[in-house]
Amino acid sequence: HHQCVNGWMTGCVKRFGVLKRYTNTGHLPFKNSAGQFFSSGHTNNWAVLVCTSRFWFNYRHVANTLSVYRSVKRLGIPDSHIVLMLADDMACNHRNPKPATVFSHKNMELNVYGDDVEVDYRGYEVTVENFLRVLTGRLPPSTPRSKRLLSDDRSNILIYLTGHGGNGFLKFQDSEEISNVELADAFEQMWQKRRYNELLFIIDTCQGASMYERFYSPNIMALASSQVGEDSLSHQPDLAIGVHLMDRYTFYMLEFLEDIHPASKTNMNDLFKVCPKSQCVSTPGHRTDLFLRDPGSVLITDFFGSVRKVELTMDAINLTDPIKQMEENPVNGEEQKEVYSYADQLPVSEIIHQKPKQKDWHPPDGFILGLWTLILLVFFKTYGIKHLKHIF
Amino acid sequence: MGLLSDPNRRRALISMLTRLNAPICVVCYFAGVAWFMGLAFEPFTLRTYMSENAMGSTMVEERFPAGERALATGREFAAHKKKVGGMPVDWLVKNMQDRGLEVFTQSFSRTLPFPDENKERYIVKGTNVYGILRAPRAPRTEALVLSAPCSPGDSNNQAVGLLLGLAQYFRNQIYWAKDIIFLVNEHDLIGMQAWLEGYHHTNTTGMSWSPLQGRGGSIQAALSLELSSDVITSLDLVLEGLNGQLPNLDLANLFYAFCQKIGVLCTIQGKLQRNDWDSVSGYSHAVQTMMLMVMKQASGRPWGDHGLFLRYHIEAATIKGVNSFRQYKTDATTIGRLLEGMYRKLNNLLERLHQSYFFYLMPSLSHFVSIGYYMPAFGLLAVILLLRALDLWVQLNTPPSTTEDGVADIDQVRHTLLSVLTPLVISHLTGVALYALPIRFQETAVEHFPVSETEAVVLTAIAIYTAGLALPHNTHRYYIMSAVPDVRGWRVLKLIAVLYLAVLLGCTALINFSLGFILALTLVPLAAFVTPHVPKVLSAFILVILSPACTLLFSVFFFQELQEMPVSFQDGWLLYLSVISQGILDHSLYGSLVYPLIALLVYPCWLLFWNILFWK
Repeated sequence: HHQCVNGWMTGCVKRFGVLKRYTNTGHLPFKNSAGQFFSSGHTNNWAVLVCTSRFWFNYRHVANTLSVYRSVKRLGIPDSHIVLMLADDMACNHRNPKPATVFSHKNMELNVYGDDVEVDYRGYEVTVENFLRVLTGRLPPSTPRSKRLLSDDRSNILIYLTGHGGNGFLKFQDSEEISNVELADAFEQMWQKRRYNELLFIIDTCQGASMYERFYSPNIMALASSQVGEDSLSHQPDLAIGVHLMDRYTFYMLEFLEDIHPASKTNMNDLFKVCPKSQCVSTPGHRTDLFLRDPGSVLITDFFGSVRKVELTMDAINLTDPIKQMEENPVNGEEQKEVYSYADQLPVSEIIHQKPKQKDWHPPDGFILGLWTLILLVFFKTYGIKHLKHIF
Repeated sequence: MGLLSDPNRRRALISMLTRLNAPICVVCYFAGVAWFMGLAFEPFTLRTYMSENAMGSTMVEERFPAGERALATGREFAAHKKKVGGMPVDWLVKNMQDRGLEVFTQSFSRTLPFPDENKERYIVKGTNVYGILRAPRAPRTEALVLSAPCSPGDSNNQAVGLLLGLAQYFRNQIYWAKDIIFLVNEHDLIGMQAWLEGYHHTNTTGMSWSPLQGRGGSIQAALSLELSSDVITSLDLVLEGLNGQLPNLDLANLFYAFCQKIGVLCTIQGKLQRNDWDSVSGYSHAVQTMMLMVMKQASGRPWGDHGLFLRYHIEAATIKGVNSFRQYKTDATTIGRLLEGMYRKLNNLLERLHQSYFFYLMPSLSHFVSIGYYMPAFGLLAVILLLRALDLWVQLNTPPSTTEDGVADIDQVRHTLLSVLTPLVISHLTGVALYALPIRFQETAVEHFPVSETEAVVLTAIAIYTAGLALPHNTHRYYIMSAVPDVRGWRVLKLIAVLYLAVLLGCTALINFSLGFILALTLVPLAAFVTPHVPKVLSAFILVILSPACTLLFSVFFFQELQEMPVSFQDGWLLYLSVISQGILDHSLYGSLVYPLIALLVYPCWLLFWNILFWK
């Protein structure tokens, strides 16, 4: 095995001596581990955090989402890699006795709103359509970068949903729903378009486990706050503000995440143990059958943080194999790579009844007309005019 | 063949209907009464619960500190009120402005159709003063109202003081999402009517008022406060409004929830709750509470200043502080906290209260009976009328024993119709006379008799009512002469009268269940049994006893009994006269519909039955 030193320079400096010892004993030739180092795992992290409910009495859903946002940002994912969707503005709601704050603990211990929150989709922009477009990347060209999920096939994505849900659906904004089938299909689209390496899906709603029942794409791990038929309960009310501040599952998850720092080695099995039935009243569930790696080997920071793999070496690595150019193989050259292109979302030409641009080349009309005139002339020349009456 | 299309089966059905008609009617009547009495039995009721999600539980922190200062303000208000001899407008305006509200006044005046002897007023002129607390960050689209009446003498000073104290406390908070309007109205209901009409730009009762300079958006809920003592032992909730309309049950649920949270003793109809529903005394207590609510709802008058808000679809209730002989007293700070909690919860509302019931009866503050449970009681009574109508229809359609030739048949039909039309028209004309004449001829009456105007009006009404009893002897003179004795005539008239009564009572019960049920209790039996063939003197006596006027008389005595203040016959009679005058006044001042209903529709209907009794 190779020692992969995660994280910060300080940590590396401490282990500097140790590393040296390892390399001197010739534990593993570095060029092999270099290959492994570059070929496995993910290279960047994304997070999509969605709160789907509006109205003042759903304060706790916004607090849920903001507390996950806070943890994810603290562990290193920058705002440019977080898509935060909040369906209502609790901090500046008229009924908030402490404006510009959203608290997650009573007695105002922890303000998860902070002063550098960047909300990408706010208010009525949080719709099922926008959420699915963010996931699949089918956004109009005018969408700003902060509203896009620009992930690639080496991205680990954390998706967190909270709100009011039921058996097989999640309610958006009090007017529409997303079903578990739609969500599963969206993830399949993401897989086929190579938009993620691994995906962690967390949902904190009533009957949340029903939302991950239908997933069928590989490399997805899912957690939910309650099983089908159970309700997820809220945690504690704050009497000064007059609402429930957090949901139980996310509250205990936040407590768990507060102990994680970028160099932590805690793995997913610890996250599965968060909020047992005695604390949560509902039974949290998880699904790992689609995930290729063993959950015990998946670090929390693989999804919640954005850690750079840094490997220090004192030796130079000889890349002995020269970099070969891809030669144009005449055999391969005949294989035409099928070029994929998106269907035109707004076929303007058809709408305005224009002649569509012809894909194939046809001979021009005048040429065909001339050709037929020539044929007719030759015909009549050969057979003479007097035979015309036989024809007509 | 089907059940109804097979002539044999039809005949069997019809004969069964005719044979069993009277027994079924009697059974239905007693079943209806038993159902109604059973409504107060606790296992048949439901516990109240908050239906509105936005109001949630009583999860707020009440921190109102200034109860004593509020009482001091109340004493100042009393002193100024005595000095000015009415509403101290300038002092109120200055006081509200000092507390940071936007203050406006409205003056109004109204001449009553005849002097009101209960409240001793005839030409009423007054001023309303109201201050608007603007929501710090919200647009001015919605409002809540807290009002206290400015009453003459020593009442309701503490209410105004607490209102001003709460205004100051509320002004310092930043979590208000709706404007709060603090209203002090003069001449209780008249002032409130003027303010509401001015606020909503309607003019339905002919009052003259100055337009409102300041406005706060559409009102979502309103509470009216009546507090006349420094400490109280319990808080009473009054729900019944104009024409028997009730606010949304969620408002009562909110009040009850906060009473339980803060630990204040709360009552409805002035009666405490009891836990022993399975004992006879416990059950009778619940029945008494429910009957008080039924009586109050049936009278159609607003029992608190809140009653006029309901017409504008604003949920409103009155909270009365009661100081009786009990050890545990509650001070003004606690009442202030209760109101603060209620307003914070109402502040969280996103829509008007509509999730809970609008039609209900409350045998106690923690239990209710919804319309789906109490309507069958009325339905059973209405079924009696329909059965009677069917019976009459069958009788009318069986061919008569003696046959007539064709010409006489047509004549008989025409005579029947005319002879039916005459009582109808004359009864309704009498009703119109009962409605219009008392007020119109009060001056003539005062000239000729040594009575005051109010007495003149009431006595004229009673006189016209009694004169209607003499009608059957006179209407016969107007019949077109018919040689053939009209055996069928009264049946047609009774059929029409029974159906008319059924429709009338049905419509009344839908809007004001209590009024419809009480009228049905007395009118349905007499509609069922009256024919020209019953013994005349006894039936006439019973008919008079069951007429609407006597029902009202008995209700007055019964109401006093329920409130544990029984009256002697003399006092009861005077009370009865004042009730009639109040009914007429309510109609012209606020648009109450009970008096026109009784005079124009129920009384003519009863007269038709009187006519049937004396049919020749």
